Amino acid sequence: MNWRIFLETMPEGDATWWQMLASGLGWTLACAATAWIIALAAGTSIGIARTGTSRAASRVAATYVELFRNIPLIIQFFLWYFVLPELCPPLKRWVVQADPAAVQFLAATLCLGLFTSARIAEQVRAGIESLGRGQRQAARAMGLNEAQCYRHVLLPVTFRVIMPPLTSELMNLVKNTAVAYSIGLAELFFRTREMGEITFRYFEAFAAATLAYMVIALAANRAMRFIERRIAVPGVAGTARSAH
Amino acid sequence: MLTASTHRVNIIAHAQLLLARAMLIRLAVLPTRPAVRPVRGQTAPGFSSRPRHRLMSSIAACLALSLGSVGVIAQDTGGTLKKVRDSGMIVVGHRDSSIPFSYLDDRQAPVGYSVDLCLRIVEAVKDMLKMPALKVQMQAVTSSNRIPLLQNGTVDLECGSTTNSVERQRQVAFGLTTFVTNVKVVVKKSSAIQSLADLNGKPVVTTSGTTSVQLLRAHEKAKGIDFREIYGKDHAESFLLLENDRAAAFVMDDILIAGLVANSRNARDYRFLDEVLRTEPYGIMIRKDDPAFKKLVDDTLASLMKSGDVARLYARWFTSPIPPRGINLDFPISRELAEAIKSPNDRGI
Repeated sequence: MNWRIFLETMPEGDATWWQMLASGLGWTLACAATAWIIALAAGTSIGIARTGTSRAASRVAATYVELFRNIPLIIQFFLWYFVLPELCPPLKRWVVQADPAAVQFLAATLCLGLFTSARIAEQVRAGIESLGRGQRQAARAMGLNEAQCYRHVLLPVTFRVIMPPLTSELMNLVKNTAVAYSIGLAELFFRTREMGEITFRYFEAFAAATLAYMVIALAANRAMRFIERRIAVPGVAGTARSAH
Repeated sequence: MLTASTHRVNIIAHAQLLLARAMLIRLAVLPTRPAVRPVRGQTAPGFSSRPRHRLMSSIAACLALSLGSVGVIAQDTGGTLKKVRDSGMIVVGHRDSSIPFSYLDDRQAPVGYSVDLCLRIVEAVKDMLKMPALKVQMQAVTSSNRIPLLQNGTVDLECGSTTNSVERQRQVAFGLTTFVTNVKVVVKKSSAIQSLADLNGKPVVTTSGTTSVQLLRAHEKAKGIDFREIYGKDHAESFLLLENDRAAAFVMDDILIAGLVANSRNARDYRFLDEVLRTEPYGIMIRKDDPAFKKLVDDTLASLMKSGDVARLYARWFTSPIPPRGINLDFPISRELAEAIKSPNDRGI
């Protein structure tokens, strides 16, 4: 075990190993943050569609969820990065002349965002269905249309209810970014592996990566917990524990 | 089934190793701390009801347990021949797709040039230990776990396509050089690229975690060329990027490229650039500081080289049709390898 390895410079480079890992960490964070925005937006929309009054929209949403939930993540990465450009010639033309890192980042965030959105959609659906029909019926009786009913009545409570599983989802997302190594995105796991391969200091490299992933996932957990407490409304479903 | 079970063994071995190492870190840290942390002076040591102490003691218990197993590993790996004699078994590490060195054939059995050489070494071990019934266990390894699994005693010798580098010699030892590869650049025949300089501004793919990555960067810096580097997770994926025109060139060991090209849809579509980025020796990997086993490996290989068996094995795997699909790599012996066979050596790069 030699921890000074992180201060040594890389062969044929000016950067030290910890700087290389830090650049990987940057990509990991950027990837997770962007994917989280995509996941929340798409997941909420799909969750609403699944519980809405339109049968057709509900069926489309169900198909979407099953599609993204049933294909292993690493295969989804492969499909987005390797297969999709082959099926779409204009995309291929763009991909060939674009910066490879940009293409990898785009593929990774889309893939992770949509994969996570399917899971969030299910949580949103479960949250809405847990509220009981009375809420929806009361809102409609008040004269709110369906959109207003979701915006002002159902979703505010639903998100409070599903904060704990959303927290898990965010932590999963952070850790799932590691699979982006498979399309060559130079994120933290990719860099860790590279450091191991070049220096053969696998234990040092993976120990550092483990620590980094734990710190980010824990920070995400704490941040979500903070939001959960801040938005808690005593007496409203899902906030009973937080109210203490 | 074979791959599934070996994979599981791999994972378990890996996990054990990581756990053991993690515990060792704790061990290294612990003695520098006081055995019992004084709790504000008054509380009697050892009677604190703080849950933290319970946590500490369970960690200590884990430590004591794992320490035992770490000790066993360290002792076992003292000498490979002793370990093999004691366990009645020798474990040969192989790769799953390093064609034609070490890969799985259509029956999922490990075959190849390096595997054949290793089996000769195993025969020599049987002779030396007078154990004709010695059990030979084949264990799949990957480029990432080959060194840790060798170090922790899961495998006794690694037969793949591992570059003998000075950096790696700090961790492991290598037998005599059994193959010499040139790191080269492959492009499509249809492209106008004639030299590395023509690749300026073009996407160039290589496989992540290989020595080619460093080589490419070094070359970029020295010649002021700006590649747009793309990394494939494995050689097959890197080649796919070249095949689909996502990358203009693929930088890798020439023999590995030859294997990919020979198996591709249109093997005639590709050509090598003349430039050689580096010449690298491959060797069979064994544990460091094990002179008895190293001598046995080297003596066996040297006699195979002298008798012409190495040349025959080479012809069998590199210039004849090989399983599983009967493809001929058509990769004649290089000047560098002929030299290494004539005057055997284990110099790393």
